[in-house]
Amino acid sequence: MIKAGDIHESCAWQELTPGGEICGGGTSKVVKTGDWRSDLPVWEAEKCKQCLLCAPYCPDGSIPVRDGKRLDFDLYHCKGCGICAKVCPFGAIRMEKEEEK
Amino acid sequence: MAIRERLSGNEAVAYAMKQINPDVFAAFPITPSTEIPQYFAQYAADGKVDTEFVTVESEHSSMSTCIGAEAAGARAITATSSCGLAYMYEVLYVAASMRLPIVMAVANRALTGPININNDHSDSMGARDAGWIQLYAENNQEVYDNYLQAMPIGEDKEVRLPVMVCQDGFITSHAVENIELVEDELVKDFVGEYHPEAALVGKEEPLAVGPYDTCPYYMEHKVQQAEAMKNAKKRIIEVAEAFEKMTGRKYSFFEEYCMEDAEAAIVVIGSTAGTARVEVDALRAQGKKVGMIKVRVFRPFPAEELAAALAHVKAVAVMDKSEGFAADGGPLFYEVRSACYDLEKRPMMIDVVYGLGGRDCATEDIERVFNRLMKMVETGQRGPVYNHMGQRDLREPTV
Repeated sequence: MIKAGDIHESCAWQELTPGGEICGGGTSKVVKTGDWRSDLPVWEAEKCKQCLLCAPYCPDGSIPVRDGKRLDFDLYHCKGCGICAKVCPFGAIRMEKEEEK
Repeated sequence: MAIRERLSGNEAVAYAMKQINPDVFAAFPITPSTEIPQYFAQYAADGKVDTEFVTVESEHSSMSTCIGAEAAGARAITATSSCGLAYMYEVLYVAASMRLPIVMAVANRALTGPININNDHSDSMGARDAGWIQLYAENNQEVYDNYLQAMPIGEDKEVRLPVMVCQDGFITSHAVENIELVEDELVKDFVGEYHPEAALVGKEEPLAVGPYDTCPYYMEHKVQQAEAMKNAKKRIIEVAEAFEKMTGRKYSFFEEYCMEDAEAAIVVIGSTAGTARVEVDALRAQGKKVGMIKVRVFRPFPAEELAAALAHVKAVAVMDKSEGFAADGGPLFYEVRSACYDLEKRPMMIDVVYGLGGRDCATEDIERVFNRLMKMVETGQRGPVYNHMGQRDLREPTV
């Protein structure tokens, strides 16, 4: 069977699974949702108190937390919804326009 | 040795289901297919099958149950008619696009309204673009035989499409005829077991089915379905050949009757073929060059093969047992005429819409169709293309 990770927008119909079946677990990781983004969150680490309120609010799990501390955004999956910026009590996240690269 | 029996069309289908012993039967009754789940419920109650018999609250649910079961890796079946089929409309497309080879027995019945419970082909013809393979039967033997062939066709890896096994409501579903049944062991070998490549249950690899298909993928998945339907043509013939080896009974996309030298021919689906055969014999006895094509497989549509079979004919009447309300022809007519477009020399062709809501079609009616065709051959004039036959009419009948 064709694995989810091998499926992308350049695949011909012969290279896709019948009916769009998705084989394998945890496949949302391999789907790049970051390219939907029109607004980009920017983390200002010096203002951040590591309260971690932003991480559970993120609908896409795009704020990685390691050893009790948040890291910079996972922009491969972040859709730029801006919820994190709204909930941050310290103004440590600002939204910018996504630049076309 | 084959078993000689006397069964109604519904009972024949239920018997085939019993022999196949599927995993799930999702049942909701509707006339004239009600007897199928009724007979099957008895088999289940008597312990003659291991099937999970699920009584649901609607046909939308019966098809949804089949979809869930089949996606889980089970072999799932149901039966319906008319408004029940119409109520499944949304999920028929889901079954086909998820590529789940569900098999559904259809006892064809008119669609409401006005309310009518008798036979025509409006129900399954209305679902002709849903992505299901459609097999039609002339009599009880054929619906039994088609049912046994349905799973080997639909479940093939290169096909993976659901199959409707259609018969004429009441005309064959409730008429008791002599029938030759295949022994249980032979049926089991012929139909085999269902082992899908991917399934939600019983496989180590996790699977998600029926996902949202974004614009960059939907078109590709529809092309896959279209290709699968093309593949079904090859598979239908392979299965028919294996079936002939087992039973001696021959099947193809359609049956040609007295077509070799026919100048006038009718194209027909279902039980009317039996009536037409009698009339062809009568006219042949008078030296008239008439013939009949009985379409067994409507989806996939055997366009090239039909065109080849009609290439030498001078005048053709396509018999539509459903209205498409296109104001110039029914569904079978459209497809047959389209199939003949690329012929170098095309036959003259008319549509005869008949038999709606159980309106009887006797040999005299078929004779009228042939008279019209023979007049076309004689005069070279086609006359009206879009005709209705059998209605009371203040105008001069065109057929």
